[in-house]
Amino acid sequence: MDIANFLIQLLNSVQYGLLLFMLAAGLTLIFGIMGVVNLAHGSFYMLGAYLAWSISSLSGSFTLAIVGGAILSVIFGLALERLLFRHFYDRDHLDQVLLTFGLIYIFEELRSILWGDDVHGVQIPDLLSASLPLTENLSYPVYRLFMSGVCVALALALYLLISKTRLGMKIRAGAFNRDMTEALGINIKRIHAVVFALGVALATVAGMVASPISSVYPNMGSQVLIMCFVVVVIGGIGSVRGALISALLVGLVDTFGKVLLPQVAGMLVYMLMAAVLLWKPEGLFKQ
Amino acid sequence: MKANLEVLPRSLHLLLALAVVALAAFPFVGSDFYAGMVARMMILGIFAMSLDLLLGVTGLVSLGHAAFFGLAGYALAFVTPQGEPVSLWWSLPVAVAASALAALAIGFFVVRTRGIYFIMVTMAFAQMIFYLFFDNKALGGSDGIYVNFKPVVGGPIDLEDKRVFYYFTLAMLLLVYAFMRRLLWSPFGRVLAGIRINEHRMRAMGYGTFGYKLAAFTLAGALAGLAGYLWAAQTGFVNPELMGFHSSAHAIMMVILGGMGNFAGAIVGAFAFEWLLHWFKDLPTIGSFQMGKHWQLWMGLFIVLVVAFAPRGLLGVFARVAARKEPGHD
Repeated sequence: MDIANFLIQLLNSVQYGLLLFMLAAGLTLIFGIMGVVNLAHGSFYMLGAYLAWSISSLSGSFTLAIVGGAILSVIFGLALERLLFRHFYDRDHLDQVLLTFGLIYIFEELRSILWGDDVHGVQIPDLLSASLPLTENLSYPVYRLFMSGVCVALALALYLLISKTRLGMKIRAGAFNRDMTEALGINIKRIHAVVFALGVALATVAGMVASPISSVYPNMGSQVLIMCFVVVVIGGIGSVRGALISALLVGLVDTFGKVLLPQVAGMLVYMLMAAVLLWKPEGLFKQ
Repeated sequence: MKANLEVLPRSLHLLLALAVVALAAFPFVGSDFYAGMVARMMILGIFAMSLDLLLGVTGLVSLGHAAFFGLAGYALAFVTPQGEPVSLWWSLPVAVAASALAALAIGFFVVRTRGIYFIMVTMAFAQMIFYLFFDNKALGGSDGIYVNFKPVVGGPIDLEDKRVFYYFTLAMLLLVYAFMRRLLWSPFGRVLAGIRINEHRMRAMGYGTFGYKLAAFTLAGALAGLAGYLWAAQTGFVNPELMGFHSSAHAIMMVILGGMGNFAGAIVGAFAFEWLLHWFKDLPTIGSFQMGKHWQLWMGLFIVLVVAFAPRGLLGVFARVAARKEPGHD
């Protein structure tokens, strides 16, 4: 593998890792703070991709799709939390697993009724459709760099939100000791709603940003969901930093595995997970 | 949720006995199509019972149990030659051993995790096995493999005869049920129940809970294998879907729907779930809206409603009613 090829694969793995992080961050936050296992998290990713496709093909503007989709997803997240998830914070994990599995079926069929079962492509906006030449015949698409840029910006914003703002302080306090936080006069229910909507928005934005590259197809959420589980397990549940590092690790192993060891590529990530479990059963960054 | 319905009320025993009689009489009453469907329900009943050992007895929520179900099915497909049937006497042990071995190996990793980790990790490992078969053409790939012949038992038992297969499955179901009920009240079963209720206390009492949980996981995997073997023999076809995450979630739903921790509930749940699935898929088309095609919507809504309003399942509802009638019980 020469330098240019290596560079391309490296950029791809970082981009994939960052995308996984966007999803895993929401999953790990929702679990860490509310204690909810959310199997339907992959459905939010699918929802994002379909929103991007339908808004951009209706309006012709990808920017409008992203902004409009993000606003819609926050409203959707708040409504879902209020109507359903709020009542399941104190229930068994088993009940949560079943509830969110039922939701996968519901979202999948609503998608089928609303948007049909066809595969769709999303146009890359003109501004980002160029490629950067690396050598004479190898180049790297600008859009993939843009994707990584968006993910890095959001990761940074998430970090600042959680560690530097007043709201972030309340979120951390709520995760650490819920009763005490409530006793101090903080409306924990509102914090929960915000965190849930944030997780939903991160997943839908990930789906929207990824849609021009991955295309839009039925059941696109399940595969990415299981990868996110692996990321969360390796990183340690509840840890956003752990999710970032393990998402990048999973991205590297998966991308280079497909190039170097294509026969076992599908299993490599799971082997990594098994190794981490043997070494640290609670993940690398258990809080 | 921790105190399960382990002792079945007497009135329920009577009902279950009646159900067995009904099952035995069914092939003489129902059509071939429905007899096949009931046989499939019984196979899923065995599968659901094997999961109940983890879910309801030991308190381990496995979201990857279908992997062991599928593995044994694939094992039968691999050992059955193209042009002739294979003997049940060695192919069944081989298939069950394959599932048990996989469960032992995976269990070694997953049993050391708990709670939410256990759920995620069992799901991830099952997905690993799913992709192993899905991605490799040599293992059948995404299309799956046909099993052209049913296994041979010998003597007067010819499994190619649908009615014989039906009674063979019924016998297996009753055998596994009797074994599970016996196991539940054995010292081993009591330790597993103790682990569900309070694992720390069990450890403090000197039980090596890791070994017990691993044994339960392996045994559950082996019994899921038995069900998978029967499934492959009956349908004559295996594909990666059998091991997928939806299969595993369906199995959990069966156990929950019936009521967990007593094995009878798992069987009732398997029957009810399969019947519902069949019913949803058969819904008519209204106007241009094909209700049957969108069966996942109804199933999803049903699952959400059950979890919200009847988390202890059908037998739980029945027991509540029965307990009201039988003073002194509970």
